[in-house]
Amino acid sequence: MPAERPSPSADDLLLEVRDLHVHFPLDEGTVRAVAGVDFDVYRNRTLCVVGESGCGKSVSAQSILQLVDRPGRIVQGQIRFHQHDADGGVTVTDLASLRSSSRAMRSIRGRHIGMVFQEPNTSLSPIHTVGNQISEVIQLHLGADEDTARRQGIEMLERVGIARPAQNYDAYTFELSGGMRQRVMIAMALVCSPALLIADEPTTALDVTTQAQIMSLLQELQADFGMGVMLITHDLGVVAEMADDVVVMYLGQVAEYGDVDRIFHAPTHPYTKALLRSIPNLDFDQDIRLDSIRGMVPDPFHRPAGCPFGPRCDEVIEGRCEAENPPAFSLAEGGSVRCLHYEEVTLS
Amino acid sequence: MSGTNGTLLSVRNLSMFFPVRGGFLQGHRGEVRAVDDVSFDIQVGETLGLVGESGCGKTTTGRCILRVVAPTAGELWYHPREGEPVDLARLDTAGLLPWRQEIRMIFQDPFASLNPRLPVLEIVGECLKVNRGLRGSALEDRVAELLGLVGLRPEYMRRYPHAFSGGERQRIGIARALALNPRLVVADEAVSALDVSVRSQTLNLLQDLQNEMQLTYLFISHDLSVVRYVCNRVAVMYVGKLVELADTRSLFLTPQHPYTEALLSSVPKPDPRIRSQRIVLEGDVPDPAQPPSGCHFHPRCRYAVDRCAEETPPLRETAGGHHVACHLADEIELAGIQG
Repeated sequence: MPAERPSPSADDLLLEVRDLHVHFPLDEGTVRAVAGVDFDVYRNRTLCVVGESGCGKSVSAQSILQLVDRPGRIVQGQIRFHQHDADGGVTVTDLASLRSSSRAMRSIRGRHIGMVFQEPNTSLSPIHTVGNQISEVIQLHLGADEDTARRQGIEMLERVGIARPAQNYDAYTFELSGGMRQRVMIAMALVCSPALLIADEPTTALDVTTQAQIMSLLQELQADFGMGVMLITHDLGVVAEMADDVVVMYLGQVAEYGDVDRIFHAPTHPYTKALLRSIPNLDFDQDIRLDSIRGMVPDPFHRPAGCPFGPRCDEVIEGRCEAENPPAFSLAEGGSVRCLHYEEVTLS
Repeated sequence: MSGTNGTLLSVRNLSMFFPVRGGFLQGHRGEVRAVDDVSFDIQVGETLGLVGESGCGKTTTGRCILRVVAPTAGELWYHPREGEPVDLARLDTAGLLPWRQEIRMIFQDPFASLNPRLPVLEIVGECLKVNRGLRGSALEDRVAELLGLVGLRPEYMRRYPHAFSGGERQRIGIARALALNPRLVVADEAVSALDVSVRSQTLNLLQDLQNEMQLTYLFISHDLSVVRYVCNRVAVMYVGKLVELADTRSLFLTPQHPYTEALLSSVPKPDPRIRSQRIVLEGDVPDPAQPPSGCHFHPRCRYAVDRCAEETPPLRETAGGHHVACHLADEIELAGIQG
């Protein structure tokens, strides 16, 4: 919980993403899926990246592991991954400069950075047993022999709450329910105790009661292993439950960044405010009509000039928002916002 | 939005079992009890929510009402504007024809439910051609009117679905459902595939249309926060059974079934200051081919007593309009949503 946790110290920095640009050159034109994104992930903290479809949240996460689908590629920016060794030393690697298939990248992916995908059905192999898939990770990255891998794999399955772990270790993934498969994914991602876990919509395909199980599990495992978590979601409810820090993305840019309490209780960017107004709440003490954001997310080939949110914004400054894409301004209360209304605050 | 001007549809003891076949000669091995003895009424002009987790039978219930499938047992008494109620469950295809115009559907996936090879004019206009015999400019006028109704520009009728975003496609689906002036619209997860900002627009549109056209909705959804917004009454299903039915306010504030309580507590609240006291249910939703004995929820219920494993609790009325299927409904205090 953010209130109880101290603010992040520089020693705990795991990942710094700076001015990241990812482009997809297509026949119809270039899609700037990620257009200048900055954020940090710290040990033992959860960063939630939230936004609507097409805002570039998944592509940002994929680029950290060099897993962006073709023809997308990182055209600019740095992804500095800090590896802390046992005696306090720190090695910094720029993941953006590594090739996807390079030895260095492969030794980090799955070993130091684990990933959980949205669809447990499509990201697990149906023709290999749970055990095959989990022991492969252990043997490859930790150089363990088959028996050790089996023992560790079963331990990990037990740790993520899979009933009868020894039996289910030899099961095929189609024999498991959706929630169980997502637990297997989490077990695979965490079996090498990575420093950073990237979870892309880990609960979106699940029912609410299963979602509650998986969220509790992720919180427990973070408390045990102390890993940094980067959680990508479109669900503001999940953000409120899980996040320490929040990045709100819109059209490939970070509209607003800040700690979770400020984002929900003192949002600054007009997009963040509009998003929060448009979610149906379970409370009964509000108007029956929902606020909505007018218009729709523009298509990626026709990005508006100036501020990307300008055409849908209710607080447009005439003559300026159409022309200038605002940089990120630091806020006195922490975090940053890309909106000209906060220009008087110092530039970050 | 409320108004009880009588009953539109009475569902009585509805059951839908799907056979499970296997082995040599594909013999009958058992059955999946997708919907098991479900009864409820839909009132004229209301929005009735039908909620539950995947596999609970909510979609199958909707499909039975639309008679996409023929129910295994039970009655579906539809009350027409004039004349005697008819039992939709007993009618054959020809007999259903007039009622099919009055009960329409909005589908979940706006990408799969529109034929990519037809322009909007054909998609929305087809039922008008078949049922109303509209042609040429009369057809175009009506389609233009419908598109205007759902907030799309009439010029778009020559375009194909690929030219539209998810939210716009869903509006096309809504226009198609409303083309024949239906009375009952079954909306199966109609906003689940949409982004937050578009979802709220679509929900507002559905409410406006309900007021304008005196529609009745059966709103099938897994998303309780949306259901709380649009529904007058809510029915909760678990493994094919109706476990609770009440008006929205009392269901959310004072749930009486332990499953409803757990479901409500699982919804993440969009406020980091009230990180919820989640009731985390153990295990998974049981397989509807082999449901547990007695109350289907008892293996995961934290209040269960011995009786729950033996007797199936009937759905009974506890307070005005509040129905619950739980042996312990009078004895346990459950927490709802504070508000």
